[in-house]
Amino acid sequence: MTQQIDEQLRSELQRQGVWVTSMQELYNWGRKNSIWPLQFGLACCAIEMIATAASRYDIARFGGEVFRPSPRQADLMIVAGTVTKKMAPQIVRLYNQMPDPKYVIAMGACAISGGPFKQGYNVLKGIDRYIPVDVYIPGCPPRPEALLHAFMELQRKIDDQKLTGANKAEHLNAAQPSEFPVPTFGAHDLEPSANLAVFRPAKIERT
Amino acid sequence: MSPNPYLFIVIFVGVALVVPTIPLGLAWLWRRFFQPPKPGADKNAIYECGVESIGEAQIQFRSQYYLYAIIFLIFDVEAVFLVPFAVAFTGLPVGAFVAILIFLLLLIEGLVWAWSKGCLSWQR
Repeated sequence: MTQQIDEQLRSELQRQGVWVTSMQELYNWGRKNSIWPLQFGLACCAIEMIATAASRYDIARFGGEVFRPSPRQADLMIVAGTVTKKMAPQIVRLYNQMPDPKYVIAMGACAISGGPFKQGYNVLKGIDRYIPVDVYIPGCPPRPEALLHAFMELQRKIDDQKLTGANKAEHLNAAQPSEFPVPTFGAHDLEPSANLAVFRPAKIERT
Repeated sequence: MSPNPYLFIVIFVGVALVVPTIPLGLAWLWRRFFQPPKPGADKNAIYECGVESIGEAQIQFRSQYYLYAIIFLIFDVEAVFLVPFAVAFTGLPVGAFVAILIFLLLLIEGLVWAWSKGCLSWQR
């Protein structure tokens, strides 16, 4: 499975009508072309997500049109919009209820960092405080093309995931947790205010 | 010699057993060799909409709607039967007359019940 076939031999065979593939490529090819997103919108970005799913932009071209109302059937969570602190525990719980492998797209400035509401008292300053995010899309809101681009980036990521070996995909690693702690309402803020296992804030280096 | 006409059903049952078994078996093999299962409290929760479920599922609802059903029977369904009864009244045998009287009696009982419940008093 890990044995890679010579690319030239492969294209030569392909020209003769013989298709050579590996288990890993077949698995990833199937996965990346049938990503089922969770039907889940939070704010204005959700409107752009709907537009992406509709006929003009048509996310079905990439195999992602099957928006599932249940997290049990979803592969991808598109956090589309402002995450209030009231909503954050629900999002983490929905993420926990999704089966592995699962991916997260943080769509728009609010989902990335709180956006224009970052200084507010009730808005979470980025969903990556609690769940691991695979693709970030900047924008307020991002256009459907940006969401499609993020989708293609995610497909590229899925295509690169390994089935075996030391750097195999995270969901295949038994030690990697599938659930993350759900924050609760504390006296002043959500507790804990960030899940340190996944939260890696960007370091700002000033010179 | 023509085949048994029920052979088709036997073949159909066989296909219906084999076709779902193949993906289930493949999924089982996949889980066995590649993907470690990761159950958890949230993942195994019954309710799946992000909100924690509260209380028991086996609770009783008060069925107060039955009063509307009784009044509907008395004032609507009864009329449907009374009109043909009144039209054919002169030509009816005794048995039919007694039957409709029993029917009316049952509904009048319901009327008394609804009246005693206070359903007929006008709410302002």
